[in-house]
Amino acid sequence: MAFNQELEAITQAFSGHGVDEKSLTTILGKWDPLERESYRKQTSNFFIEDHERQFQRWNDHCVRLLKHEFVRFKNAVVLWSMHPWERDARLAKEALKKGPSSYGVLIEIACTRSSEELLGARKAYHSLFDHSIEEDVASHIHSIDRKLLVALVSAYRYEGSKVKDDTAKSEAKTLSNAIKNDEKKPIIENDEVIRILATRSKPHLQAVYKHYKELSGKNLEEDLNDLRFKETVQCLCTPQVYFSKVLDEALRIDVDKNIKKSLTRVIVTRADIDMKEIKAEYNDLYGVSLPQKIEETAKGNYKDFLLTLIARGG
Amino acid sequence: MLHHSWGTNEGLIISILGHRNADQRKVIRETYSQTYGEDLLKALEKELTSDFERLVHLWTLESAERDAFLANEATKKWTSSNQVLVEIASTRSSDQLFSAKKAYHALYKKSLEEDVAHHTTGDFRKLLLLLVSSYRYEGDEVNLTLAKAEAKILHEKISNKAYNDDDLIRILATRSKAQINATLNHYKDAFGQDINKDLKADPKDEFLALLRSTVKCLIRPEKYFAKIIRLAINKRGTDEGALTRVVATRAEIDLKIIADEYQRRNSVPLDQAIVKDTTGDYEKMLLAILGHDDA
Repeated sequence: MAFNQELEAITQAFSGHGVDEKSLTTILGKWDPLERESYRKQTSNFFIEDHERQFQRWNDHCVRLLKHEFVRFKNAVVLWSMHPWERDARLAKEALKKGPSSYGVLIEIACTRSSEELLGARKAYHSLFDHSIEEDVASHIHSIDRKLLVALVSAYRYEGSKVKDDTAKSEAKTLSNAIKNDEKKPIIENDEVIRILATRSKPHLQAVYKHYKELSGKNLEEDLNDLRFKETVQCLCTPQVYFSKVLDEALRIDVDKNIKKSLTRVIVTRADIDMKEIKAEYNDLYGVSLPQKIEETAKGNYKDFLLTLIARGG
Repeated sequence: MLHHSWGTNEGLIISILGHRNADQRKVIRETYSQTYGEDLLKALEKELTSDFERLVHLWTLESAERDAFLANEATKKWTSSNQVLVEIASTRSSDQLFSAKKAYHALYKKSLEEDVAHHTTGDFRKLLLLLVSSYRYEGDEVNLTLAKAEAKILHEKISNKAYNDDDLIRILATRSKAQINATLNHYKDAFGQDINKDLKADPKDEFLALLRSTVKCLIRPEKYFAKIIRLAINKRGTDEGALTRVVATRAEIDLKIIADEYQRRNSVPLDQAIVKDTTGDYEKMLLAILGHDDA
């Protein structure tokens, strides 16, 4: 390989999700000091030229970022081998600590897990953190979201298929009225809306979703202006669409590090649940296959690990 | 045998069921259903009369089913003076409460939370929904700094008569029992009175009554139970079924402690009070269950 091609390969090895350990070993590992100096001089976003003292030093910030990329594989492995209860408990705790930008993860856990899985997560939370998840959510969140979030993490929904269609119809109407009155009484404070979303079974909510569409012609989450409610409805009624969107956002270049982490989170937590359906939905929405997109955007061991997880179950 | 000559066999019911523990009652129920092709409870329902029947019915149910049944009844017949939901949510352990909710799914094809949310309103719903949804941490760890801070919050809200305040309700509904105990001890030290005295500002306010019951159920359940038994026996208040309910639900938990507390407060042993207040088969069954605890 000509040196320029090797340079390109190393640049590629460091861009995206994870790092291309193989290229680093076979290419960077064999470069002599002059080649490495060439690399440093030609990679100004990683190395700062100290003209006065005639050398190039690593940009500390980049080293920190690279650390995240190297460790992405390890984090995926650790998360994957965890008991799903511990996994969800730790994800929830982390989301709480990170603050409002991560509260979507709380909604994701509370709404896409089965009732028994969520109960398990609550048990694990007791064991790991000596508190209940609801006390921590209630005491750490002071914004308007609190009511909804506490209600969602405390839910223990009926899981049978029995649905009272009349009730679903009337609740679709209730939601419709609440949305129309949003200016007078903001939805985020509306107890009836929270009650419906936080206590009803998922099959029931699917029926409500259907009736709402018949009533107003639009999908429920389109009419909800509040981000949290949108996420809640998506997670409850159309989880594969929700996960596809999260994956799409995570698989872009140069995204925020928290968004980047959702790639690992979604794939690890859904690999054994509904990855097949998510792949299909992702393909429908974005016209490209998920494995292909991951092949393009992720690197090395991390990439191989994700692809293996996704390939499970067909 | 029970099946065929009911009228004269309440005694048999009492002696067979009254002295059996939960596992044994379960076996009896299963065997009955295999032998006669009918649920023992349905058979009993047809034959027995009100108080006695209800006691036998509750006693025969498994504890999770029993709590689910009582909770369901409470939501359907809910009034603002009804304490059963608070009682179940606050005196059971976290796992017992969850078992009850699981049984509720199986029995009623919905969740307890849906029914509570649907049948209650306003501040009551706020409190009750959070209480039944809780899955409290059960460890003994206590954070004293937090206890001090939250005692202060409680006192502030109560002084401002903000009884339905989000923080007040969240503290009572989500903190562990050990933590609440520490918080309320600190409350008394710092502010001079038990929180329940401060929550008595308006004796007629039913929401305040419910808050007081919540507190009592969380930290001194035996006192709560002894009190409602006393009120039921003296025919005061609206919770007439309390005697049946408490005896059936606490018999294998802390009925002995409740009976001791009852005697302490009323200078009369509970069994004597029962003999004085009830008659017939109902009385006999109550005493059998009460005595069974001693055995």
